[in-house]
Amino acid sequence: MRLLALLLRRLVWFVPTLVGLLAVTFVISRVIPADPVALVAGETATPAQVEALRHQLGFDRPLPVQFVDYVARLTRGDMGTSIFTRRPIVEDLAHRLPATIELTLVAMIVSVVVGIPLGVLSALWRNSVLDHALRVVTVSGLAIASFWLGIMLQLLFAMRLGWTPLNGRLQGFPPQSITGFYLVDAAVTSDWPIFGRALLHLALPAATLAFPALATLVRFTRAGVLDVMQSNFVLYERAMGLPRALIVWKYILRSALTSTVTQIGLLFGILLAGAVVTEAVFDWPGIGTYAVNSIVRSDYNAVMGFTVWAGAIFIVVNLLVDVAHTLVDPRERAT
Amino acid sequence: MSAMWFVLRRLARDRSALLGLALIALLVLCALAAPLLATHPEDVFELHPAERLKAPSAAHWLGTDRMGADVYSRLLFGARITIVIGIIAVGVSLLLGVPIGLVAGHYHGWLSDLLMRVSDIFLAVPQVVLAIAIAQTLGPSLPNVILALSVTYWPWFARVVYAETRALQKEVFVESTSALGASAWRLTVLHVLPNIASPIIVRASIGMGFTILTAAALGFLGLGPPPPTPEWGRTIAESREFLPHAWWYATAPGLAIFLTVMGFNLLGDGLRDVLDPRLRRSRTATDG
Repeated sequence: MRLLALLLRRLVWFVPTLVGLLAVTFVISRVIPADPVALVAGETATPAQVEALRHQLGFDRPLPVQFVDYVARLTRGDMGTSIFTRRPIVEDLAHRLPATIELTLVAMIVSVVVGIPLGVLSALWRNSVLDHALRVVTVSGLAIASFWLGIMLQLLFAMRLGWTPLNGRLQGFPPQSITGFYLVDAAVTSDWPIFGRALLHLALPAATLAFPALATLVRFTRAGVLDVMQSNFVLYERAMGLPRALIVWKYILRSALTSTVTQIGLLFGILLAGAVVTEAVFDWPGIGTYAVNSIVRSDYNAVMGFTVWAGAIFIVVNLLVDVAHTLVDPRERAT
Repeated sequence: MSAMWFVLRRLARDRSALLGLALIALLVLCALAAPLLATHPEDVFELHPAERLKAPSAAHWLGTDRMGADVYSRLLFGARITIVIGIIAVGVSLLLGVPIGLVAGHYHGWLSDLLMRVSDIFLAVPQVVLAIAIAQTLGPSLPNVILALSVTYWPWFARVVYAETRALQKEVFVESTSALGASAWRLTVLHVLPNIASPIIVRASIGMGFTILTAAALGFLGLGPPPPTPEWGRTIAESREFLPHAWWYATAPGLAIFLTVMGFNLLGDGLRDVLDPRLRRSRTATDG
C-alpha cells in the first residue's frame, strides 16, 4: 500500500519535472547568441535565403509557440531534426546510444564488482593496511579530474607501453550488428579477435569512468557495514554465540547492502556525467560526444534531445531506486 | 568565537582534516603570492619561442609549455582563477540555495513542493551538462563560467537546508519558539539557521572541490576563460597535442587540480566529523 502511494506520488511529479527540465533547456538553448540558421545556411547565403530557411525550420515563430509545438511532437516520439547532421535526432541518439550504454555498463560492473567487496573488507579489517590504502583510493577517486585521469592513462598505457589503443571504439569494421554492443555482438558471432580488440578499446575509458564511482561505492559500503556491525541486533547475535561468518554473510551484508542499492542511483549520475567528459577524451562515438558537439555547434534540437534523454533516464532510475529500496528493506515496508 | 576555537582544535586532532587545511592554505598562499613565488612571473603573457617545450630543469622547475612559458609560474597564477571561481560560485549558490531551502522547509504546501521540484529539475541532469550548455550559450569567459556553475549548484544547498529544516520542525525548541509567538522570519533566522549551519558548512567545503572540478572540465572543453589565461583545465587541453613527449606539461596542472580538490574534500570530511554530533558518535564508537 505504502509502495503504491510512493509510486503514485512520484509518477504525478514525473511529467511536470520533465516538462520543467524541457523548459529550462529550451530557454537556455534559445538564447544562444550565434544564429544557427545563418550557420546552417552557410556564408554564401543571401539574407532572403536565410529568412526562408528560418521560416522553414520554424524559428521565426514566438518562443512559447515553438515550445508547445516541441512538446507536442515529443509526445509522438519526434525530437526534430539535427540542423547539423540533417538526420532525425531520435535516429542520431539511437545510433550512438549502444556505445554509451556499453561503456557505462562496463564501468558500472567494474565499480560494483570491485568496489563492494573492497568496501566490505575495508570495514571488516578496520584500520588495517588495506583499509588505509583504500582510504587513499577513495579520497583520490573523488578529487581527480576524470579528463586528466584519462589522459594520464593514455600517456602511460597507449603511448608509452603500447598495450591499448589510444582512442575510439574499434579500428576497422565493427562486428555484425545485432544489439549494437560490440562485445555482445562479437561474442554471439564467436568473432573472438574483434571481441578482444573491442575489450582493449574499452579498457582505458571504462577504467577512467569507473574510478570515481568505485571510490564512492567503497566508501559507502564501508560506512554501511560499519554501521550495521555496531547495531543492537548484531550485538545480540554475537551474544547468542552465532558464528562470525554466519553473522557477516547472512545478517550484516544483507542489511548493509540494502543501503548500497540506493547508492546505485547516485552511481548512475556520476557515470552519466562522467561519460560526457570521458567520451570527449577518448573520441568515444557515444551520446556524450554527441551532446558536447551539438552544444558547440549550437544545434538546438540535438541539445534538447540529449537533455530529454538524460533527464528521463535519471528520473526513472531514481524512481526505481526508491522502489527497490522500499522492497528490499523490511523496515520500510512495515510502516 | 569559542565555537570556532572548539572546531579548530577538534580539526587539528584529525590528521586528514589537517592535511586538507594545509593543502588549502598552500593554494591560497600560491594565489596571493603568485608574483613573488613565480620564477618567471612575466611568462604568463609573454612568448619565448626559443624555450618551447623544455623538460623540467633548474631554470624551469616544471618545464615550459608550447609558448615557451614557465609551467610552474603559470600554475601559480592559475591558482588565482581557481580560487575566484570556487569562492564566487559557491557563494552565489549559498545565497540562492539557503533561502530557497529555508522557505521550502518552513512552509508546507504548494510553494514548498514547487521550490523543491524546481531544484529537482536542476538535479535531474548532470551538473556538467547543464553548465556546458549555459557556458556555451553565454560564450567562454570567466564570469560566464562562474555564472554557469552557480546556476547549477544551488539546488544542492537547497536540498540540504530543506531536509535539515524539516527535521528541526519536530524539535521541541522550534515548536516552543513558535508557540511563544515568534514570527516565521525570527524563528528561521535566529533559531533554525544557526542549528543547521554545520551541514551547510560541510556542503560548502565539498562544493568548493566539486565546483573546481567542474570548472576545470569546462576549461578543458574550451568553455573556460580564453587564452592566454593560465586556467588549469585549458592548459591540460593545450598540452594534449605534445604528448607523449612533453609529459610535464599535462601532468603538472592535473596534479594541481587533484591536490586542491582533495584539500577541500578532506576538510569537508573532517568538518563533518567535528560538526555533526550524530556522525561523530558513530565514528568514535567504531574508529577508536
